[in-house]
Amino acid sequence: MEFLKDIFNYLLSRKKWWLAPVIIVLLLIGFIVVLGGGSAVAPFIYSIF
Amino acid sequence: MNKGIKQGMTILGISAYYHDSAAAIVKNGEIIAAVQEERFSRIKHDAAFPLRSCEYCLKTAQISIDELDAVVFYDKPFLKFERLIESYYRFAPRGLPSFLKAIPVWLREKLFLKRIIRKKLAEIEAFDPQKLQLLFTEHHLSHAASAFFASPFEAAAILTIDGVGEWATASLGIGKGKEITIIKELHFPHSPGLLYSAFTYFLGFKVNGGEYKLMGLAPYGDAHSDRVKRFISLIYEKLIDLKPDGSLWLNQQYFDYVTGLRMIKAGKWEMLFGFARRIPETAIEQVHCDLAFAIQKVLEDIVLGMVKEIKRITGLDNLCMAGGVALNCVANGKIVQKAIFKKLFIQPAAGDAGGALGAALAAYHIYGGQARKISTGSDKMKGTYLGPDFSKTVLRNWLDRQKLSYVYFEHFDELCGAVSTALADGKIVGWFQGRMEYGPRALGNRSILGDPRNPKMQSIINQKIKNREHFRPFAPAVLAGEAGDYFELEDNNSPYMLLVTKINEEQRIMQKTTPSNLSLKERLAIRRSALPAITHVDYSARIQTVHETSNPKFFQLLRAFKEKTGYGVLINTSFNIRNEPIVCSPEDAYHCFIKTGMDLLVMDQFVLKKHKNEWNF
Repeated sequence: MEFLKDIFNYLLSRKKWWLAPVIIVLLLIGFIVVLGGGSAVAPFIYSIF
Repeated sequence: MNKGIKQGMTILGISAYYHDSAAAIVKNGEIIAAVQEERFSRIKHDAAFPLRSCEYCLKTAQISIDELDAVVFYDKPFLKFERLIESYYRFAPRGLPSFLKAIPVWLREKLFLKRIIRKKLAEIEAFDPQKLQLLFTEHHLSHAASAFFASPFEAAAILTIDGVGEWATASLGIGKGKEITIIKELHFPHSPGLLYSAFTYFLGFKVNGGEYKLMGLAPYGDAHSDRVKRFISLIYEKLIDLKPDGSLWLNQQYFDYVTGLRMIKAGKWEMLFGFARRIPETAIEQVHCDLAFAIQKVLEDIVLGMVKEIKRITGLDNLCMAGGVALNCVANGKIVQKAIFKKLFIQPAAGDAGGALGAALAAYHIYGGQARKISTGSDKMKGTYLGPDFSKTVLRNWLDRQKLSYVYFEHFDELCGAVSTALADGKIVGWFQGRMEYGPRALGNRSILGDPRNPKMQSIINQKIKNREHFRPFAPAVLAGEAGDYFELEDNNSPYMLLVTKINEEQRIMQKTTPSNLSLKERLAIRRSALPAITHVDYSARIQTVHETSNPKFFQLLRAFKEKTGYGVLINTSFNIRNEPIVCSPEDAYHCFIKTGMDLLVMDQFVLKKHKNEWNF
């Protein structure tokens, strides 16, 4: 939560809203990759890439 | 940064995750401790979280994490991430391989620094994470604060130049009392530091460390040759557009650091300069020296342009500098020579390690609103002696535990007499005293010393101990009041070995032109002064003035050497071997002593001899 709050504050102060989707997508990919390391999610990642 | 916390604060500053991680602690405005992690981990330029440095700082300040008013990181990770994303977006899809390499590191740790810092600090001791105030300063503000708040000036112009922070690669600012205002910034990818690093790479040295070698190579260039003139013209015509205010634009067609995994597009550089990139550790030829000379000259033009601009804007008499480029002692010497400012203070830990201290000082004065106490004439760096020290009891116990034979001198003056005799006899001495230095230079507490009058001493220390590039002379440490007797140094003041200046004309042995068919080693071996081991081929030297107030023991040794030889000057090179950090503990010092050809190891007043039958003391 703290991280999301910090990101929001940063976007607000820098007025760089166009970065929000980029960061969200990257974080989602990162999350999937971390989860997918040798787990049941691996086939899902394989099918995406 | 905006509002205050309370009167009297203790702040822990941290720099990490790029190169030279470090920690520093400031208590009620006083710098209590500061140290680089490499000294503990023994990994040169260690970038890991400075856990042991933090632990050391807290212990020295006798404070728990819960009692800290704030922990400050030296740059803003989100801003840096913004620069990364925007740069890749701008050049897409060109930077995909580099992007795929960089992003996982950011997603794993760099974006989550708050969590990581708390987790790492918890390895030192338990604390209340809700209570911990975590702050982030901008990279160049950290550099500016490390220079201005540590300086002896009430008001000063501030110039910071490095590779890159978040967006800024250089900044011009003004410091007054407890405030710093940044007036102008130069932004990535246009960077004086990265330009110099690009040449460092092209000439076969390591980026982030080899820049010193490039600077040391430059004097071998033939200043009056057509080739040097052509190289300088090519740099100005094809690589950079330098504006009168020192700002510059780098032609990205020749560089690869924004999106690639290398500094430059080597093929284009080879076409431009007419020779191939030098493979590291291969022979250095005249063409390499000439290009080193050219880029050093261009860097000096850039730095002097910025210095003139900040003088024009502020009209102040004092200048403070920090950032990696402020470690270019030759350019610093030119600033002094031009006398654009009356007084100059350069943060001795000018690189990223100094960012930890700058972050702590910025939080203390700017965020905390704490007033500065300025003592006229002296800076706050305590001579950089801000690292670990080892008491006589600790040293004796350690030596006894190791069953090492040693001589203990009851009186320090007797020790100085014996050591200066050994030095004058051509012996090499490891000198380990008091608190370790903060920053890249050894300034007489973790130093290897030798006799600068000895024409062979440069190659002896190189062969027996340092194993470093044969073309670099060593630096002199000189009694502060007598620096003017040997060097062209008007105010006798260069305590942090950050200025290069010329040997006095009376001390010079003038040589006619040096045959260019000689190797660099042979050219350096030609005797150019009464102090050949510290005299470069252009009669320059990188000077440390030793002051009785900041280092009385080293001062006393120099005085003893002067009584013996007539010269109050010694070779002072850092106590380490190539590719290792400077020694920190007695164990490190002893291992370095044993592994190398050092003759004596002096730790406090304990003396260890390599050859037992030498010197009956």
